[in-house]
Amino acid sequence: MAGLKSPTVNFFLLNLISLLPLLAFSFSPDHPTDRRILVLLDDLSLKSSHSLFFSSLQSRGFDLDFKLANDPAIAVKRYGEYLYDGLILFSPSTERFGGSLDLGGVLDFVDSGHDLILAADSNASDLIRNIAAECGVDFDEDPSAVVIDHTSYAISETEGEHTLIAAEDFIQSDVILGSKKIEAPVLFKGIAHSLNPENSLVLKVLSASSSSYSANPTSKLSSPPSLSGTAISLVSVVQARNNARIMISGSLEMFSNRLFRSGVQKSGSSHKYAKSGNEQFITELSKWIFHERGHLKAAHVKHNKVGETEEPAIYRINDDLEFSVEIFEWSGSSWVPYVANDVQVQFYMMSPYVLKTLSTNQKGLYHTSFKVPDIYGVFQFKVEYQRLGYTGLSLSKQIPVRPFKHNEYERFITTAFPYYGASFSTMAGFFIFSIIYLYNK
Amino acid sequence: MDKSPVDLLASPSLASLLKSLKLKTKQQELLIRVSILCLVYVLAFITRLFSVLRYESMIHEFDPYFNYRVTQYLTQKGFYEFWNWFDSESWYPLGRIIGGTLYPGLMVTAALIYWILRFLRFAVHIREVCVLTAPFFASNTTLVAYFFGKELWDSGAGLVAAALIAICPGYISRSVAGSYDNEGVAIFALLLTFYLFVKAVNTGSLAWALASAFGYFYMVSAWGGYVFIINLIPLYVLVLLITGRYSMRLYVAYNSMYVLGMLLAMQIRFVGFQHVQSGEHMAAMGVFFLMQVFYFLDWVKYLLNDPKKFHTFLRITVTTAVGLGVIALGVGTASGYISPWTGRFYSLLDPTYAKDHIPIIASVSEHQPTAWSSFMFDFHILLLLFPAGLYFCFKRLSDATIFIVMYGLTSMYFAGVMVRLILVATPAVCLISAIAVSATIKNLTQLVRAKSKPNPVGPGKGTSSTKASAKGSPDQSMPFQRNGAIALLLGAFYLLTRYAIHCTWVTSEAYSSPSIVLAARGAHGNRVIFDDYREAYFWLRQNTPQDAKIMSWWDYGYQITAMGNRTVIVDNNTWNNTHIATVGRAMSSYEDEAYEIMRSLDVDYVLVVFGGVTGYSSDDINKFLWMVRIGGGVFPVIKEPDYLVNGEYRVDKGAAPKMLNCLMYKLSYYRFGELTTEYGKPPGYDRARGVEIGNKDIKLEHLEEAFTTSNWIIRIYKVKPPNNRW
Repeated sequence: MAGLKSPTVNFFLLNLISLLPLLAFSFSPDHPTDRRILVLLDDLSLKSSHSLFFSSLQSRGFDLDFKLANDPAIAVKRYGEYLYDGLILFSPSTERFGGSLDLGGVLDFVDSGHDLILAADSNASDLIRNIAAECGVDFDEDPSAVVIDHTSYAISETEGEHTLIAAEDFIQSDVILGSKKIEAPVLFKGIAHSLNPENSLVLKVLSASSSSYSANPTSKLSSPPSLSGTAISLVSVVQARNNARIMISGSLEMFSNRLFRSGVQKSGSSHKYAKSGNEQFITELSKWIFHERGHLKAAHVKHNKVGETEEPAIYRINDDLEFSVEIFEWSGSSWVPYVANDVQVQFYMMSPYVLKTLSTNQKGLYHTSFKVPDIYGVFQFKVEYQRLGYTGLSLSKQIPVRPFKHNEYERFITTAFPYYGASFSTMAGFFIFSIIYLYNK
Repeated sequence: MDKSPVDLLASPSLASLLKSLKLKTKQQELLIRVSILCLVYVLAFITRLFSVLRYESMIHEFDPYFNYRVTQYLTQKGFYEFWNWFDSESWYPLGRIIGGTLYPGLMVTAALIYWILRFLRFAVHIREVCVLTAPFFASNTTLVAYFFGKELWDSGAGLVAAALIAICPGYISRSVAGSYDNEGVAIFALLLTFYLFVKAVNTGSLAWALASAFGYFYMVSAWGGYVFIINLIPLYVLVLLITGRYSMRLYVAYNSMYVLGMLLAMQIRFVGFQHVQSGEHMAAMGVFFLMQVFYFLDWVKYLLNDPKKFHTFLRITVTTAVGLGVIALGVGTASGYISPWTGRFYSLLDPTYAKDHIPIIASVSEHQPTAWSSFMFDFHILLLLFPAGLYFCFKRLSDATIFIVMYGLTSMYFAGVMVRLILVATPAVCLISAIAVSATIKNLTQLVRAKSKPNPVGPGKGTSSTKASAKGSPDQSMPFQRNGAIALLLGAFYLLTRYAIHCTWVTSEAYSSPSIVLAARGAHGNRVIFDDYREAYFWLRQNTPQDAKIMSWWDYGYQITAMGNRTVIVDNNTWNNTHIATVGRAMSSYEDEAYEIMRSLDVDYVLVVFGGVTGYSSDDINKFLWMVRIGGGVFPVIKEPDYLVNGEYRVDKGAAPKMLNCLMYKLSYYRFGELTTEYGKPPGYDRARGVEIGNKDIKLEHLEEAFTTSNWIIRIYKVKPPNNRW
């Protein structure tokens, strides 16, 4: 912004939502994957009963910091800096966190761009329910209700209440769940939640089948269950506007070693899988949550007149311009070019005047060229790229467009030749008339 | 200066003083005249400096800030950049072509003065030049008034006119130091044009007509009020034609002035082809053609030499000419080539028009019809002298006096329609009053001196006194004539003294406040200064991002861009009614609806002016109904009755629910319920409206308070980004 010619012609990145929060991260924006994760547990025994999940995280390079949820030394923030990049709440029954962390603290943690995994269970505390509710997920209000499904339960020798669900309704997204198809059903035992219809960001990742419902298995149903069928979500995710990712699961047990290892046979199916889909599902989803996948960045937003390389401070109407932006995707270890054919740029002033699909060179560079519309004003180059599973790209760059200057119009136009002729002939005629009048006596 | 020059001449002690200088009578008169003019010139300047002395050298009000900003741009970037300036900081996101939508006369004048001073090695700041431009031109106006008065009546009337106009409040209101507005130079240009035109009509000289065309050009470049000239002069010509005063002098004066003035005026981008395309300028063109017809008929009459034939010819020609004119006008209007009259023009002819059709014009306080009191305030004794002057003008009817009578009467009408047009009427009122003063005093002094005639008097008398004695002699039958004359003279001087006192008082008390810094009297009679406006604009400049967009009601747009250096959505150049209506709609909607509008306009901050703490009455709550009206004019979802209770506008508990929850109410009164403003009143007592507010528990969802000035006059709110998780 230095070296501007005048205050009127300044232009800048207006709303670099996808990049600005990253600058505030404790990890560098060049390396968006989380590193330090705080795990809050109800009971330290979870550390061993869920060790497979934790060790898979550790093997991927995460530092896990285990704390009891009521540990008075819990602090996520020191001197205004967050100490962790992610938070795992495996403490469904905690009514109050130790230390300074509370509901607002968790939400601030997310709103400043950090990730969260939250697992509830039957008799989940109000605190956990409130955190979920703030993220657009409402757990069933009945504390003793769990998800029951009499058609797609997992066949088990010990359990007859059909609360161990074998769920297969995954979200159709390779970005979120990885490109390898999850063959075996995922075992789920826990409480149901529904998505708040007002929240546009929350997504069902694993939904219950149409025959499921949420009720207390030990008591007789006196009234229709409040939640039933596909309205029930088992695992949901939220990608916030600042690209923080949240995973909410109604079951803590689905992360456990027991369900990771157990075989599964869905009722009504003769095929028995030796191993449930839990490990694959949870691992892939945690990769997404902790930004190992599906993270885009845009760089080098550039525009210039055709034939020039410098970025002008102002365009004139009907100028021809070129626009380019580079988009990269984080592969977990490095930035690789992002390839797609649906990235569009808008030339926008209250409404898009130009909407063009960018063509790509397959190396991350997207570019196009177009003519500035015949209207002046303060325009923006806008790239709004929101795709399922990917972080949202929302770039805008302001640029004024001015009308012609007084000396930029054509000097002589053919249609005006009669007028030129008229004026010059009048001048000549007046001259001749004067001479005759004055000297022809 | 309240003394008439004629009186000064008559004063015996001064006469003897001059006699001792061994000057001839003519030279004495010249010396006195020049010195009086110099004094008036200086007086006109210094009486306008109250505001500089009392506050500081600063630009006043709203529009002057825009002019100042533009002038700065002009001096920094040069004329061509200024001419082509596209301003992206106002009217976001539409922008404004500054060069093509303003009258550049004022800025170019100030810049020229600045460059000249710089060239002469005076290291002045452009702001000082801008602050003092209006007083400087007011001084120049007194000179023009002198010459005009001289042309109309005699040099005595000219001197009185110069003195009267130098301190007339009607003119001072727009020309104090710091009031850097178009009118400051335009009144000078207006009077100059009229003077030169009258001179041209009196002399029939092409040179004066040319000068008048250039005066007109300057006027067109400076102010939209030039429309008054281009309609008054044709009207005047028409009256002369009708009254049989057509002459070759008039023909030369009008035709050359009109043609050249029109061509010159077309060079101003903002005016462009209006002289041939707009309905407001058609009268001048019609009269122009009429003049040609007149001239042609004169010629034919001269050729024919037969009244009968001529009358037949006359009938045919006039019918054809009028028919052709009407058809041309009809075709032009129907085809859209000639634009119809603008709303402002209509509202001048019909004072109720704006109120019904164009709320944006009616909402401006200076567009309101004038109250009697403000006539008295601005003209004082001139109001009484004006009819007297008209009487004198009618008594000595000439081309020139007909002009001033017409100027006086039409401008008085317009002054009655709109407050701000008192300004246009002021020179005419001053000139006509000056004629009255000068003629009266002249007659009276002649009476006084006629009595002293029998005594042997020295050679100090000119031809006038002998004439006066000849006139005075038949009246000697009246016994108390001399005493009566002396009493009347004293009365006249008393009136003129009162006028001078009134003018000084008005200038110091009413017209010298910059309105950006507010002053009030404290409980102990001390002056309290509220500098909240500048505090807020400074905050904006220091604490908001460079590209932040500020939404406020349009009144404050110019000031925010000039002082806060931030982009605004709408400003005082009210060229786009829809855009203003959008802002009005946002202000009068519920917060969540307003949020959508603000998001669509990329608004980052909202600025409101609130006078509830200080009792400052021209705040946004009092302007709010206009926002509703203007917003409702374009978006019918906004309905004025929703904000009223039984046709009454209130903000207390009995207010309409929509009123209590609209954005403007919330932003004005946010956290106000906790504040005790006056001893013995409940918290949340609004001092500007004298009521306890009706909604004390205001919660903001999409906005947050960013800054409130020390006296709560300006409150700035930040528009929050959309909820992160929803």
